[in-house]
Amino acid sequence: MKRVAVVRFPGSNCDDDSLQSARRAGAEAYYVWHRETDLQRADAVILPGGFSYGDYLRSGAIARFSPVMASVQRFAQAGGPVLGICNGFQILCEAGMLPGALMRNSRLSFVSRPVALRVEQTDTAFTNLYSRGDLLRMPVAHGEGRYAADAETLRRLEGEGRIVVRYVGLDGGPLAETINGSLDEIAGIASPDGNVVGLMPHPDRAADTALGNTDGLKFFTSVLDWAPARAGAGAG
Amino acid sequence: MTNFKVHVRVVPRAGLLDPQGQAVEHALTALGFRHAGGVRIGKAIELQVEAETADAARLQARAMCDKLLANPVTEDYLVEVERG
Repeated sequence: MKRVAVVRFPGSNCDDDSLQSARRAGAEAYYVWHRETDLQRADAVILPGGFSYGDYLRSGAIARFSPVMASVQRFAQAGGPVLGICNGFQILCEAGMLPGALMRNSRLSFVSRPVALRVEQTDTAFTNLYSRGDLLRMPVAHGEGRYAADAETLRRLEGEGRIVVRYVGLDGGPLAETINGSLDEIAGIASPDGNVVGLMPHPDRAADTALGNTDGLKFFTSVLDWAPARAGAGAG
Repeated sequence: MTNFKVHVRVVPRAGLLDPQGQAVEHALTALGFRHAGGVRIGKAIELQVEAETADAARLQARAMCDKLLANPVTEDYLVEVERG
């Protein structure tokens, strides 16, 4: 059975959602406290949502120096799959494991509601069971989710097919108004090898039939059989 | 070694949307401060360091900014050092 480590930081609050989602997907999921450095033979790592360190200084800025993060970075460099959800995505950007940054929402308000996403890239550890163009509904809950990157980074993300999900209107058409002001309505991106994925929306809150929505479950099932296909991936 | 007081100012990079600055600018205009503009909102961080010289203290502070205090993707910073 595949082993999925869910990292807990002080202030994580979607750690249980991630753990339960991974279990429902069929993984053996367990917690790793942020001060630990042993990922306990993980096959995949999840950095869950929440407000690590109270979002002090910047979201994810302090958590990214937690002892566990050196292990997570080594794991990812060796090709290991790492999923960052919401605060986890912010931590991945702060750590330089994904490019760009997540800034204060353009309309300043905390946005907490269901949104629609279009799957743009399926050649990743966490989206390979979706089809390109799939429309997914899942909630967002963030105050700092406005994806920002310089023009060169955006060109690279586009050119290398590393934009994983975008915000779209609930019917799949254009948004009537922006969710958070993200550059090109980017909701999630991937590393060049597709093993590291970060997104602001919460697949972990859309992976349980009891909640009436399982659109996010494939993020957790995709990784169980994932074998890196791209050159250079899967070094260990 | 001397004690130095370090003032760090972190500001959103010019050209990047600063919705907080915009909101405050609108509020200032509404209050009648019609000649106010270009509002940017950042952070002020004060700290003390021990160093041989002011230049050495400044180097330490810049390293702190590069590593933690500022986000190189979205923010710029200014460092001022005085004898503490």
